[in-house]
Amino acid sequence: MATVRVQAADFDIGAEIAAVSAGRADIGGIGCFVGTVRGEAGGRAITAMTLEHYPGMTERAMARIAAAAERRWSLLGCTLVHRVGRLGPGGNIVLVVAAASHRQAALEATGFLIDWLKTRAPFWKKEFFADGGSAWVEGRAEDEDLAARWAGEEGQGAALDPQGGGGPLDPVP
Amino acid sequence: MPAPPPGPGTLRLRYFAWLRERLGTAAEDVALPDGVATVGDLLAWLRGRSEPHAAAFSAAARVRCAVNQDFAAPDTPVAAGDEVAFFPPVTGG
Repeated sequence: MATVRVQAADFDIGAEIAAVSAGRADIGGIGCFVGTVRGEAGGRAITAMTLEHYPGMTERAMARIAAAAERRWSLLGCTLVHRVGRLGPGGNIVLVVAAASHRQAALEATGFLIDWLKTRAPFWKKEFFADGGSAWVEGRAEDEDLAARWAGEEGQGAALDPQGGGGPLDPVP
Repeated sequence: MPAPPPGPGTLRLRYFAWLRERLGTAAEDVALPDGVATVGDLLAWLRGRSEPHAAAFSAAARVRCAVNQDFAAPDTPVAAGDEVAFFPPVTGG
C-alpha cells in the first residue's frame, strides 16, 4: 500500500526512504526522484513559486497513479509526497520513492511515477519573478509525450485513465 | 472542512489557477441549466453567461474539466448534484 501525501511542509528525503525499507529484507533497490524549484524561468529570476491543487481529487489521482505503478512493477514500497503553497528557489516540490526487488523495476517505476504525476494529478504552479511579474506555468507538450510513452507497454497504465490529464475541451486550432 | 453538497437541482462549479483568477471565484452553485446534459453543453452555457466567462472559456483548447473529481471529456454527462471543475492543463511535479 503506497504512502501518498499532499502537504505544505518540507519533507525529509532520508526519513522517507528509511520508512519504505524499515524492517524489510526483500527489497533490492530503491529509486528516488526529488523535484525542486529552479531559480529562473525563461531567463527571468524567480523569487517564489506557489502550488495550487484540487483537494480530494489530488489525493485520489495520486493514489491511483501509485497503485498503477505498484501493480505494473510489483513494487515492495512506494511513497509520493507533493508540496503545496508558497515555495522558494531551491526548495523541494515533490518526492517519489519506489522500492522493488531489483533496480530496473525501481528505476522504471520512479520514472513512470513522476511522468504521470506531472501530467495526471491536479496541481498548478505559478511563478513569481524578481522583476515583480508573475505567471502560471504552461503545460509542456514534452511532458505529455514523456507520460504517454508508458501507456502502451503493458496496458495497465493506459487502462487506469485513458483520458490522461483530460484532453482539450475544444480541438486545438 | 469540506463544503456542504450542492442543493437539489444544482451543480457545484469549481475553478482553479488562472480560470479562478479570471472569473474572480473559486466555486459557485448554479441551477442545472435547461438543455445541459454534458460537459460540452455546460461549456457552451458558461460562455454565454458574461463577458468574463466568454473570455475565460474561449480558450477552451487550454481548459480541462473534471466531473466529480475524475478527468472528463466534452461528452461526459453532467447531472444535478455533480461537482464540475474547470482548470488549465496540470503543471505539478
